[in-house]
Amino acid sequence: MTRYIIRRLAQAIGVLWAAYTVSFLVLYALPGDPARLIAGPDATDITPAQLDALRAEFGLDKPLIVQYFDRLVALVRGDLGQSIPTGRPVTELIGEALPSTIQIAALGLLLAIVFGTGLAILATFSRNAALGRLLLALPPLGVAVPGFWFALLLIQWFSFGIPLFPAVGNVGFAAAVLPAITLALPTGATIAQLLSKSLANTLREPYIDTVWAKGAGPARVHFRHALRNAALPALTVTGLIVGQLLSGTVVAETVFSRPGLGRVTATAVAQQDIPLVQGIVLFAAAVFVLTNLLVDLIYPILDPRIVIGRRRVARVQTGVPA
Amino acid sequence: MSDVTAPAPGTPVLDIDGLAVQYRTAAGTIDAVRDVSLTIGRGERVAIVGESGSGKSTTAHAIVQLLAKQAGIVRGSIRFNGTDLVGAGRKDLRAVRGRRIGLVPQDPTVSLNPVKRIGTQVAEVLVIHGLADRKNAEIAAIEALRRAGLPEPELRAAQYPHELSGGMRQRVLIAIAIIGGPDLIIADEPTSALDVTVQRQILDHIDELAAETGMSVLLITHDLGIAADRADRIVVMSEGTVVEQGTPAEVLGAPTHPYTRALIAAAPSLNAAGDVDRALEPLADEIRARVFGGAPGDPFSVLDRPVAATGFDKHAADVLVLRNLVKDFPGPRGAGTGVNRAVADVSFSVPRGQTFALVGESGSGKTTTARLALRLDDTTSGQVLFDGRDITAARGRELRELRRRIQLVHQNPYASLNPRLTIAQIITDPLTAHGLGSGADRKGRAAELVDVVALPATVLGRRPAELSGGQRQRVAIARALAVNPELLVLDEPVSALDVSIQAQILGLLASLQRSLGLSYLFISHDLAVVRQIAHRVGVMRLGELVEVGAVTDVFRSPRHVYTRALLDAIPGRGSRVSPSVSHSHHTRSGVQP
Repeated sequence: MTRYIIRRLAQAIGVLWAAYTVSFLVLYALPGDPARLIAGPDATDITPAQLDALRAEFGLDKPLIVQYFDRLVALVRGDLGQSIPTGRPVTELIGEALPSTIQIAALGLLLAIVFGTGLAILATFSRNAALGRLLLALPPLGVAVPGFWFALLLIQWFSFGIPLFPAVGNVGFAAAVLPAITLALPTGATIAQLLSKSLANTLREPYIDTVWAKGAGPARVHFRHALRNAALPALTVTGLIVGQLLSGTVVAETVFSRPGLGRVTATAVAQQDIPLVQGIVLFAAAVFVLTNLLVDLIYPILDPRIVIGRRRVARVQTGVPA
Repeated sequence: MSDVTAPAPGTPVLDIDGLAVQYRTAAGTIDAVRDVSLTIGRGERVAIVGESGSGKSTTAHAIVQLLAKQAGIVRGSIRFNGTDLVGAGRKDLRAVRGRRIGLVPQDPTVSLNPVKRIGTQVAEVLVIHGLADRKNAEIAAIEALRRAGLPEPELRAAQYPHELSGGMRQRVLIAIAIIGGPDLIIADEPTSALDVTVQRQILDHIDELAAETGMSVLLITHDLGIAADRADRIVVMSEGTVVEQGTPAEVLGAPTHPYTRALIAAAPSLNAAGDVDRALEPLADEIRARVFGGAPGDPFSVLDRPVAATGFDKHAADVLVLRNLVKDFPGPRGAGTGVNRAVADVSFSVPRGQTFALVGESGSGKTTTARLALRLDDTTSGQVLFDGRDITAARGRELRELRRRIQLVHQNPYASLNPRLTIAQIITDPLTAHGLGSGADRKGRAAELVDVVALPATVLGRRPAELSGGQRQRVAIARALAVNPELLVLDEPVSALDVSIQAQILGLLASLQRSLGLSYLFISHDLAVVRQIAHRVGVMRLGELVEVGAVTDVFRSPRHVYTRALLDAIPGRGSRVSPSVSHSHHTRSGVQP
């Protein structure tokens, strides 16, 4: 088990390094002048001397390979560099933005899991075939609806129509509800879609017939037997969905004017704040890697066939027939 | 439904009258069961025999009303202990299922919930019916597992299904079926997914339990041999109707319906050697020259086959020789240097133009041996010689050349054909892969090959889903023949097919061998089939070849205990069939799929 976690952590470091390398190549090494980017699009009258000064300030005058390792060493020390427009450390900016984002992301994930699972179960459980089909038509719709439009509808209905939740800001729990719903829609729809397919397939498995043949009722068949088996593929996707959730915060925080990681990202890109963009990319990669590690650790709890730490042992032929 | 528990004395346990079951599909309705009437007395064992599509399984599932969603009972009654189950309420049905009627399903490997412990799954029956609380149910479950003949029931109860062998899992399912103390057990092909020796133990055990508790048994099987051994009465079904019923002696001794006669003729377990459909004409010389005139592995070359490679030369060297073959798989990590020896020092040779059969139960290493011979896996040690050449370490181009001379036919024709390709594309695939011939050449060859395996030319444009199992296996054979191979490795080529189809495919293989001088390495767990097709046989057990010899010798006087055990386990050996019936080949044409 420990060995497995060490191996997985080593893999995680590999992924982060790859994320660093790719973002470095895109932001610094590709044709184009980072110094000019730093100076901004409006700096048309900038002199070559000023550009050189900028390059020296941000270490851009050094050979690329040196820059690559300089930044890598800094990264290992936990230093993501400084934001260009503000001059503040990138880690500090991310740290400030994080709590408000975690608030809506966690609530969003919770809503997505609860409503996604609920919808899937309701759709397969319902004896009414037409109702089941109607419910199953909802998830594709949820994935297809553009996030910003849905967010505006929510504001229209629940802030202006029935004033339940505030339309903007990040004060208190109420302010987190609408952004969280915006985040939960595509995520929950994906979970619902996957789980309902998986449930339908599981209910066709021969071992479910065995349970019916025992005289079990539909509730026992669905909840005690089918759900746990059907949840396995959905769990894998939940790991991937966290990435979707992070990118969703960009839209949600912008529409609801909440400070947070999404807003910071949007601003950093707009201002061409290269160190901040790279810092956010690395942070997102770290979150992603950790969530998936967590999912892999939960797996063996749900499925006894999966054994962590050693390879699955092929059933050894004992020579004793049953 | 409370009266179910106290039936009037003399009432049969089950009385089915005029049952009809329909499936609704997009294309219309299909009558799976048209008219079935049968009764099962108290303590009686009744077997329903029929091929796939005969409606036997649908009948079994209709009794407990566990039919597919699109199926429904349209007519008839199913009286269980005097009460009609057709039209009974959901609650009443649930009270009968598991408690009064136990069901033993077909494939134990997929019939247990993989994420729940064995003990819990057995105990669940008692919990559902309120017969015991959870704790007492778990204790009762261990007792039920013991009664089902599972060794170390306390240990097994704490394990998960994947930790048990197929035979053990079937015993768990038997425990689930009997724990409620049912009046009737329905066993739906309970052993068709198991090895013969295990099959026999399981069926023996069901018999013992039935005798002990006085419960009735309804056995569903495609194997007339098993039915003859196990049942007090046999019900033969075909196309949804009962065509014949009676005691085994009546049904086997004096079958009145042509379908029964055909079924008897086709059942390999009931027949002596030589019952393969040998009536098939060998290929005409003209076809042989045109379709298989090219060089081995290169069908479009105009060269005649060298005499040595035809398989008709009595003095030709053996086509495949395996010497002291060993294959180790790495053992579980943490088990030190331990390895899992799948094949241990196996030596045999496949004579040209003949069939060598490799027999063994699952896990015996027969398929691994075949994979080594095909060079799909690397050997740990030992030698593989093909046509006198050492190919143990062949790779790259040499291996590709080799692949044109050895071809493989898989066990399951439902899985081995790409569902998205047309039959013509499937058959020409090996030619395309090796870059042989032009597109038109390949197309022409596909048409010729389809004709050789006796399929209509119209299948060429169809896809596998539109074909029956037997037709698909013919396609797989045509594909294997496309490159003019010298050796075919046939991995259980008929075990997924109905008996009458089995006889047809075996007949085709025998005819092709006689016409083309092909050599076969035939992998099978079914000794009855081997007896019909093979010239030589090797028996494998736990990776070792325990006995090799001519088929007649091995079957007449087996030297190894294990071979004897295998031979004894063949069902239907106790039932003598009059020779006139078993040799009536002309009737077989009446049971086309």
